[in-house]
Amino acid sequence: MSTAVLHCDACGRPRDEGDHAACRARRAATDPPRYCTQCGRRLRVQVLPLGYAAECVRCGPLPPR
Amino acid sequence: MTEVLEAAREQVLERGEGLREDQVLAVLELDDDQVEAALELAHEVRMRWCGPDIEVEGIVSLKTGGCPEDCHFCSQSGRFETPVRAVRLDIPSLVEAARQTATTGATEFCIVAAVRGPDERLMEQVREGVAAIQEAVDINVACSLGILTRDQAAELAGLGVHRYNHNLETARSYFGNVVTTHTWEERRETLELIREFGMEVCCGCIIGMGESLAQRAELAAQLASLDPHEVPLNFLDPRPGTPFAHLTPPDAREALRAIAAFRLAMPRTVLRFAGGRELTLGDLGARQGVVGGINAIIVGNYLTTLGRDPQEDLDLLAELSMPVKALSDTL
Repeated sequence: MSTAVLHCDACGRPRDEGDHAACRARRAATDPPRYCTQCGRRLRVQVLPLGYAAECVRCGPLPPR
Repeated sequence: MTEVLEAAREQVLERGEGLREDQVLAVLELDDDQVEAALELAHEVRMRWCGPDIEVEGIVSLKTGGCPEDCHFCSQSGRFETPVRAVRLDIPSLVEAARQTATTGATEFCIVAAVRGPDERLMEQVREGVAAIQEAVDINVACSLGILTRDQAAELAGLGVHRYNHNLETARSYFGNVVTTHTWEERRETLELIREFGMEVCCGCIIGMGESLAQRAELAAQLASLDPHEVPLNFLDPRPGTPFAHLTPPDAREALRAIAAFRLAMPRTVLRFAGGRELTLGDLGARQGVVGGINAIIVGNYLTTLGRDPQEDLDLLAELSMPVKALSDTL
């Protein structure tokens, strides 16, 4: 599977389309990833007290954080 | 010092009587150069009527997303196109979350679900989860499961849920601008059930949803009238896809005024820093809040967003010589 980042993990749009500065700010501040960087689908995200678990139904789980 | 702060020193600090609505409004309207004095007084009030301990709590979402309600601030409503997908936490993971929370020194662990009120499937999960946590972890279990029936309130109390969270969110006069799928009165009824069945009442709000300062004062007075054991104070974190996504979060000065005002309205309550503080207050503001009336924090992450590193908060408390409340002091 390719590991190139094709989609923004905050908004799901293609990474090379538009400005993602606000997405980066949100991710840096308070947000876990919400979209799969490979296929752009919404992730299933479980936020936990000391981390989070995220999974794409097509591409599989992200490394736990 | 302004007139309202002079009055508060005698009324709240000396006699332990919270500020009235008109007095709360006067605090919320203080000039910037008076905010420091308000925070200092709020801190004195907190130390006098609550003591030096800080209560630490962790929270976790048992059922995320897909909520039928339309709370305009919430990314978990199924009515809005938000990035949050529905997900459920299994019981072993719930217990592990409680265990992780306890390692921070927290005495409270709150199980939260994005629902109007619990259905039988959720109640069954809660029964199993509460029992499993009580078996494995030394921590008080709280719940936040929305609007309760009388039987559900009785059952949760019987399970040993010692505190129940149900926020008023905003002033009664502004509630219709925030939620249309249930009423302020329905929330109030659940709060009455919680008290009736002997659980501690945890009832908070979100500051910065477009309410006026007068409505913020109204909210403080309405919360005070409930005599809640705990008030979690959230600051709006505008979530993508929600009707409030376009709002600007309150700035730090506004948030600090609210902290001081709410403490002066409720001298004895556990006033907890909750969601949005990272965005609104940052590190400096968090410090000012903890020496400005706050006596409890949510440690770690929230329901759908990430909080500060717990160690940063614990280091801050140690630096300020504020002891974390021990579990033995909560029973």
